[in-house]
Amino acid sequence: MRMGIEPTSPVRPFDVERVRRQFPILSREVHAGVPLIYLDSAATALKPNSVIETVAEHYRRHTANVHRGIHRLAEEATESYEHARELVARFIGAPAARQVIFTHGTTESINLVASTWARQTLRAGDEIVLTEMEHHSNLIPWQQVAATTGAELRFVPVTPDGHLDLSALDALLSRRTKLVAVTAVSNVLGTVNPVATIVTMAHAVGARVLVDAAQSVPHLPTDVTAIDCDFLAFSGHKMCGPDGVGVLFGREELLESMPPYMTGGQMVRRVRRTSADWNELPWKFEAGTPPIASAIGLGAAVEFLSQVDMESVRQHEAALIRYAYDRLREIDGVRMLGPVPQHRSGLVSFTVDGIHPHDLAQVLDSRGIAIRAGHHCAQPLHTRLGIAASARASFYLYNMADEVNQLIEGIRHAQNLFSR
Amino acid sequence: MDDLYREEILDHYRSPRHRGRLASPDATFEDDNPLCGDRVRLDVRFEEDGRIAEVRFCGEGCAISQATASMLCDDVVGKLPAEVTGWDKQKVLELLGISLTPIRLKCALLPLKVLQAALWRSVNQQDARTESAANFSRRHANLPDTTG
Repeated sequence: MRMGIEPTSPVRPFDVERVRRQFPILSREVHAGVPLIYLDSAATALKPNSVIETVAEHYRRHTANVHRGIHRLAEEATESYEHARELVARFIGAPAARQVIFTHGTTESINLVASTWARQTLRAGDEIVLTEMEHHSNLIPWQQVAATTGAELRFVPVTPDGHLDLSALDALLSRRTKLVAVTAVSNVLGTVNPVATIVTMAHAVGARVLVDAAQSVPHLPTDVTAIDCDFLAFSGHKMCGPDGVGVLFGREELLESMPPYMTGGQMVRRVRRTSADWNELPWKFEAGTPPIASAIGLGAAVEFLSQVDMESVRQHEAALIRYAYDRLREIDGVRMLGPVPQHRSGLVSFTVDGIHPHDLAQVLDSRGIAIRAGHHCAQPLHTRLGIAASARASFYLYNMADEVNQLIEGIRHAQNLFSR
Repeated sequence: MDDLYREEILDHYRSPRHRGRLASPDATFEDDNPLCGDRVRLDVRFEEDGRIAEVRFCGEGCAISQATASMLCDDVVGKLPAEVTGWDKQKVLELLGISLTPIRLKCALLPLKVLQAALWRSVNQQDARTESAANFSRRHANLPDTTG
């Protein structure tokens, strides 16, 4: 279940009430007298006081651009920004902070690799191996690369029980494979994919591996050194951080060999009238003013999650998912998508016979329950599953079993409403 | 908030009127909203005088899209196509008797868009030669592009 290495420290006790008190939004009402039950953390996570305060404090006292000014505020902002980078590097087990590039989110991180490394490396006849469970953000950039380079896309199928078919992957891999781009955790099925195994298989044929870790870094302890992936992308806002900041981790020699993604200020060392020399890592990939406050806020989020302890977060969620899965299966007409609870992280997806997910989400909203309904930016997977849309309840460290009970009651209420 | 699903809407969803297909329709159109998977197909048959004699819809989707299709079909029989092409979101909201958020409004507007596209040919043969049915319906009804 754990991505990367085995836990080395004992799990710290988990006090969900204490955690919840740190999220001010949990005390608001959604409608008059109706408190918030937030089951949509796979879309974006709630923010703890420490993150909100860190961002506000940056604007209150340290507003300045980074890496430019000589003045005191610029020094403070730069120090906080680079400290956040070090915190993130430590959080994911990166060997060096210069391998951590701040982007605007997972989507930009993947587009960065597609626009630079992939376009520079891939030729007609090369193959990119994806999976049927990819989010659009880890699909469309590769469609574009294929269109411009002549490379071809191959897809690892999803088995009926929601896993990747690794024997099919084995058959797809060849010397033509230049890249395997795979999600660590499916945002629809919740499946935890064996990324370390996939990396080993891909490296054996000389292919590089990009891991879409948007749904894994927030929920599972992550060690990029143990996974041994070449690139790993994730977003700050899904892990209690601000939106507008994401991360690309990359293998150093690859990052060194790649041309810049965007050009402009900050990513250059020396500029002449007709040419320029690129800055060193990681700033070569951070053209323009970066999302300074958001990156500093992400640093605070990483500190918050580290204090709670990621192994504790994982176990708390695993218990919730098991409970939700079992309770949902008790309801007639509810069909679960994806694997058994032991092989999933963060979420449960399902359909309810006779009720469109949008209607279900609307009825639940009237009870203050926020879930996601639709195709979750994974249309090809829904096509594969033979459904137009699904409902998804996703969990994080601040969710409780009683909220699952409320979800169950809400679904039964919707069934009464629509099937009388 | 369950007001969204007032009894009349639920009734149309659970027991849709005019559901099915016509054996030999004079006009047919189908469209979907890929964002949520709502899909509506409409068959129309005209009287000698051009009025709508019969209409049938089929498809699948949320209660809002399917109930709206049923209500629109109820309302459209006996009307001239020219009367219907002027309908806009106000008409749909009047039929439903509720207010809708922008995302759910798309669900409600899909059947109207399909209906107007199906009627397009009989309204103006000139337009028929120069633009697609979907464009026609969008232009005449000031409907937003529901394809997301």
